[in-house]
Amino acid sequence: MTAPARPSDESYLRLTGVTKRFGKFTALSNIALTVERGRLVTFLGPSGCGKTTLLRIIAGLETQDEGAIVQGGRDISRLPATQRDYGIVFQSYALFPNLTIFANVAYGLVNRRKGQDEIRRRVGELLKLVGLPDAGSRYPGQLSGGQQQRIALARALATAPGLLLLDEPLSALDAIERVRLRGEIRALQQRLGVTTIMVTHDQEEALSMADHIVVMNQGMIEQVGTPQQIYRDPASAFVADFVGKVNVLSAVAEGGGRFRIGQLVVNGAIGMEEIAPGTRVKLYLRPEDVLIDGALGSQSNAASGKVAKVEFLGAFCLVSVTLAGAEEQPLLVSISRHAHDEMNLAVGALLQIGLPHDCMRLLS
Amino acid sequence: MATVAAPPSSLQRVRLRADRNARLAQALLLAACALLTVFLLAPLAMILVKSTEDKSGAFVGLQLFREYATNPALLESAFNTIWVAATVTVITVPLAFAFAYALTRSCTPWKGAFRLIALVPILSPSMLAAISFIQWFGNQGALKSWLFGHQVYGPIGIIISAVYAIFPHALMIVLTSLLLADGRLYEAAESLGTSRLRKFLTITLPGARYGIVSAAMVVFSYTVSDFGIPKVIGGNFNVLAIDIFKQVIGQQNFNRGAVVSLVLLAPVVLAFLVEWWMQGRQQSQFSARAVPYVPRPSRAFDAAMFAYCALVCTVLLAVLGMAVYTSFIKLWPYDLHFSLRHYIFGLIDGGVIESYFNSLEMALVTAALGTAMVFGTAYLLEKTRGMPLVRTAIRFLATIPMAVPGMVLGLGYIFFFNHPDNPLHVMYGGMLILSISTIVHYYTSSHLTAVTALKSLDNEFEAVSASLKVPFYKTFVRVTVPVCLPAILDIARYLFINAMVTISGVVFLYSPDTKVASIAIINLDEAGEIGPAAAMSTLIVATSALICLVYAVVTRWLLARTQAWRRPAAT
Repeated sequence: MTAPARPSDESYLRLTGVTKRFGKFTALSNIALTVERGRLVTFLGPSGCGKTTLLRIIAGLETQDEGAIVQGGRDISRLPATQRDYGIVFQSYALFPNLTIFANVAYGLVNRRKGQDEIRRRVGELLKLVGLPDAGSRYPGQLSGGQQQRIALARALATAPGLLLLDEPLSALDAIERVRLRGEIRALQQRLGVTTIMVTHDQEEALSMADHIVVMNQGMIEQVGTPQQIYRDPASAFVADFVGKVNVLSAVAEGGGRFRIGQLVVNGAIGMEEIAPGTRVKLYLRPEDVLIDGALGSQSNAASGKVAKVEFLGAFCLVSVTLAGAEEQPLLVSISRHAHDEMNLAVGALLQIGLPHDCMRLLS
Repeated sequence: MATVAAPPSSLQRVRLRADRNARLAQALLLAACALLTVFLLAPLAMILVKSTEDKSGAFVGLQLFREYATNPALLESAFNTIWVAATVTVITVPLAFAFAYALTRSCTPWKGAFRLIALVPILSPSMLAAISFIQWFGNQGALKSWLFGHQVYGPIGIIISAVYAIFPHALMIVLTSLLLADGRLYEAAESLGTSRLRKFLTITLPGARYGIVSAAMVVFSYTVSDFGIPKVIGGNFNVLAIDIFKQVIGQQNFNRGAVVSLVLLAPVVLAFLVEWWMQGRQQSQFSARAVPYVPRPSRAFDAAMFAYCALVCTVLLAVLGMAVYTSFIKLWPYDLHFSLRHYIFGLIDGGVIESYFNSLEMALVTAALGTAMVFGTAYLLEKTRGMPLVRTAIRFLATIPMAVPGMVLGLGYIFFFNHPDNPLHVMYGGMLILSISTIVHYYTSSHLTAVTALKSLDNEFEAVSASLKVPFYKTFVRVTVPVCLPAILDIARYLFINAMVTISGVVFLYSPDTKVASIAIINLDEAGEIGPAAAMSTLIVATSALICLVYAVVTRWLLARTQAWRRPAAT
């Protein structure tokens, strides 16, 4: 195995002005992006946002209409797939069904005129790496979906590529296998230090695995950032809405950083003082940022509310609360199961609600 | 990591530098397109040209068509062709539908045997049915009285022979559409207390309607196009296929032959368009989550269905049996003793047996070349990239043969390859041109089989290979061909059997050295040698049956050998 490369600030892959149209439909519009060496970056977005097209362009499986791609200092914009340096894993595994697991993993090695012994050693190493050391003589159809995807990963890594591309690798697996494999892939990626791009529509997958998330929508990049940044500081209404749950409250600016939601007047976050009175705005607040009863403390934005609905979700509950003075905009509040049991929340129960001003976001 | 402000984009569209492999794939694709153009499009175009020229080669516009429209004899055969084909369609489709219904909706015993027997006519040249019906109902026929004084030579003979010959084709199509039934619809209907008749009218029939129309179009086209049956049993009853033959071979009037062939082409193209339109609509009605229908026993219904299937199979076997029987007796109907004289004196001593070996050679070359061409082209089409226009052209060219009767194609070949200025002129009169015309004639079905098999493969095999820097042809050899082997063998078998029985495609193209068995049957029949003609037909059936047997054995062996990866163990 290659020695784990230290993640660094060095850029490994740089896209500039990448644009792709299918007829009149613009799939990607002027994409610019830099990926640092050794990082795992996910392209996250709803279906049709262009994330898979972008991955395929990086792989040379699609051709951009405009724009340049530089990988490891080499301009690969016009190179065919066979002359680029990457390994790829697809949602469908794409293992060759008539070849044994050994032959599948060795598929790219055989072509490089390596000796038999070396191939055998390398395949053994890879199978051990993905946790299936004894699978070599079996056929793909005899393995479970998760096992097949591990083999596909081994095959992609066999030639020690500089870039690993994962196209929705976990989407075809069941929930338990998905969570297990995502941990394994991340651990493997960090151990090998291979620069990795993963396409997914699953925000939880992106948040849990990525060094950086690229949120995409309608062929454009909405935001690039660490999972923390994406979740805490969404750059747009789309990101806030797509990643995690969020309350969107229609409000009117009162000036001096104060906003009126229905009859309820609240303080906004620092920096919102400049907004001219009378401006219609939307305030964003995560359900878990809302405070209730005991946790309120000296919270300034307090209001009394009434439980309208309780949705039990296992580890936590999502409570829908109508606020006095702003009844037409029910607020979602996330509370832990313990808190729920303690407070014995039932529909119609009254409670005190705090809207922490520093958690409020103003997004366009 | 950060988003970088994009530089002003250049206006020139980015194009990938083609690597050697991509160029190779595109060159091959171009070659396939060129082959289809030369061997399909150019001959057809020549018919159009010739139909507007007089014998001296001068352009006369629509003159020949006007002459045609005012010639009562020719118009009559056009009319004959249409009503005979319509009658065959009206008889065959209900027969086939009832048979398919029995196989899919009843619990009759012997389903496998019934199905196998029903497919037997595929193995024989169409002339076999005509010969057999002459033996049953002809002047000295065993059951002549059944016709109440009517002659079998003429429309009656053509119709019953065509029904026999086309029955399996209609059956396969209707069977497929009935097999696509969603069992849950029937369960829902039963839970609502629906009667058998109402279920049939509201679920079965609507579900199969596209299959029924499709089968009707195939039956109609086949009957219109077939030459062997009217030649043998038609008597003085003229149809278009006979007219073309007479104009071209009898009167050497090639231009008028071209005109008649265009008249023949019209109804077939029309039927093809109807069928094509139907095919497009068939797709959407069967969802991937449908549950197959499983019939439940019902004593009276199953007994009736069993009786029906048994009756149909008896008739089918009686037709084949009579031809085989005729080949093994001394002289019908005077001396019914067993004898090999038709084989020994009629075929071997007369040298006619040569044509059987020619057929064998032709069929083997057709199967080998055709399978390689069809599968290779379909692979390039489905799994490589670039040159979208060429791809569209090939897709279009591959669907044309279905709409072109063999005689029309053959006539086009005369015009194109017999032209002294054509460098491919050397092929004319050779064996290769027979094989090529047969490949082209049966291209569409083979192509669809190949495309279906290729579409079932993971689309990313090629992408994975490219990322591993393995050239596409290595993956083709190591993965695509082994996985698609059952479909490849299926194509080879289909081409082989059709090459053995085809008549209309080769009737204009054989030379004295390349006379094939089906031509020999026509010639023997013309000379009144019905015994040797039956013997030759029997040889063809036996050969085709043998090939089917070999195919079944090889396929079974292959599936057993590759079971490890074809039928995954439950995990």
